[in-house]
Amino acid sequence: MTNAVDVVRGRVHRLGDDVDTDAILPGRYLALRDPAALGAHCLESLAPGFRGRVREGDILVAGRNFGNGSSREHAVIALKAVGIRAIVVVSAARIFFRNAINLGLPVMVSPEAAAGLLDSETATVSVVANTIEQNGTIWRPKRLDGEVAAILACGGLMQRTRELLAAQEGEDAENG
Amino acid sequence: MSPRTIAEKIIATHAIEGFVAAGGIATVTPDILMLNDVSGPLAFEQFDAMGAKAPAEPARVVLIADHFAPASNIDSATAIGALRGFARKHGLAHFHEPGRGGIEHTLLDELGLVGHGSIVFGADSHTCTAGAFNALGIGFGSTDLAAALATGRLWLRVPETIRVELTGEPGRYVTGKDVILHVIRQIGVDGAADAALEFGGPGLAGLGMDARMAIANMAVEAGADTCAFEGDAASTAHMAHRGRAACAPVLPDADAVYRARLEINLSGLSPIVACPPSPGAGVTVAELRGQRVDQVYVGNCANGTMTDLRQVAEVLRGRRIGEHVRMIVVPATQRIWREALAEGLLDIIAAAGAAISTPTCGACFGGHMGILAAGEIAIATTNRNFRGRMGHPDSQVFLASAWVAAASAVAGEIVSPESLEAVP
Ligand code: SF4
Repeated sequence: MTNAVDVVRGRVHRLGDDVDTDAILPGRYLALRDPAALGAHCLESLAPGFRGRVREGDILVAGRNFGNGSSREHAVIALKAVGIRAIVVVSAARIFFRNAINLGLPVMVSPEAAAGLLDSETATVSVVANTIEQNGTIWRPKRLDGEVAAILACGGLMQRTRELLAAQEGEDAENG
Repeated sequence: MSPRTIAEKIIATHAIEGFVAAGGIATVTPDILMLNDVSGPLAFEQFDAMGAKAPAEPARVVLIADHFAPASNIDSATAIGALRGFARKHGLAHFHEPGRGGIEHTLLDELGLVGHGSIVFGADSHTCTAGAFNALGIGFGSTDLAAALATGRLWLRVPETIRVELTGEPGRYVTGKDVILHVIRQIGVDGAADAALEFGGPGLAGLGMDARMAIANMAVEAGADTCAFEGDAASTAHMAHRGRAACAPVLPDADAVYRARLEINLSGLSPIVACPPSPGAGVTVAELRGQRVDQVYVGNCANGTMTDLRQVAEVLRGRRIGEHVRMIVVPATQRIWREALAEGLLDIIAAAGAAISTPTCGACFGGHMGILAAGEIAIATTNRNFRGRMGHPDSQVFLASAWVAAASAVAGEIVSPESLEAVP
């Protein structure tokens, strides 16, 4: 499938533990929906200059409980808008994890990789092969399988649901 | 059938696919789908992009304008307009805005839309508040809710359960807020990750429905997927009061399997304040002696109830708010606002020098109506004190009960109501 999310190769940007979604995208910007407008405020107080350092295709690495707090999907939109294409963490909050997967941003859970990945250096995340690689070191994260893998294979939950609804409509038309 | 916790039982009755035991994946049809003016507009864009024509279950959809309502600027007016437009287009009965609404989680109960054994999927992390009513509230993001709107179902991983056994009776100034702040400082801000928090035990009898809401509301601050209180006589009476058909409470099986157990003797608790920037950083009020506050905020989806307003009025009756402090009080719904007016609470609060606002999320998430400037310190009955949550990244928020917040408004520093001088 053309939209499928799989291999991401980019530079690593490291953050610490317990990064909440208020830190990723503060509440006062939540009436905004335009990705560029949201990206302009991404991590603005926790990591000033983050937005300027990130290039399209880069990888965010963080510690425990990443994305905890508010369910705001704006946080994921903001990270994608600045160019982040994969996230590696020790652990992620449930709603953030789902939001990211739903928008085609893979979140790989690997305490070892999250500890070992070097800042500013290039790494490769492969969803289907289930590997994270940097400078010849390979880590194996918790595999993204089942519905999560199916969503990423479609490029996101919007695309997956669109396919399901279209298939259903086709069936209804045949039966009707 | 294997023994089950409350969460497993409620999910089982709503699952259309999947084996329902902790760790398994289930496809679930919720009773209610709730979205607000922040999560809704994004969800509707996704809903349209999915090619969905109409919600699968329009009668189950509840749209509430609360975060930026009444609109704080043109962007938020546009967002609320998107919510209103979706409701009109699809003929939804449940669209609520200021003057006839309130903050979503409080309003949902007030509307009688949640009760024993029901499931709410909400595009808001504090949907777990529904746990107070022996229901399951599960928070999601906008795209998940868009898919649920379109198809009437959503997949989830069935959480393990952590059992919190309550015993004893709380002291005069010990509230639901203190119970949950105690739980979070004990297990940590991700201590309940991938789990449901289940509350029950003999101590439940000493906690009213408002206190239970304050507890369930902050389950997500312990990282919980969801929360469930045992149903009892109080929740049964409450359901009748809200006009819901009677239905038996869902209780856990005696031999249900728990990831962990916690026992809390309510009589041993004292008021707790969570220090910035973590809801898990709870300390006793005494440890904060001398801590200055610039703003006191009483409100939010679980602590803008009649119980909270009565506590505030009791402290403020015959007293004045400190000279260098400002206080903002936000009844959570229009009905609570009117009830507090009729009971004379709003007059006592206003006479003491507090500003009373229309129901809104407002400053709770740093939206509007009480934003903090750099260097300012607030004490609030809200649920998050992350850096910059209520405004400038260099402002600070302490979390506490309405008792402690009101007493601190009088003193200008964090104190317990006991330490205020008696009113002459
Ligand atoms: S009152 Fe605060 S915590 Fe509750 S729903 Fe509104 S913004 Fe969220």
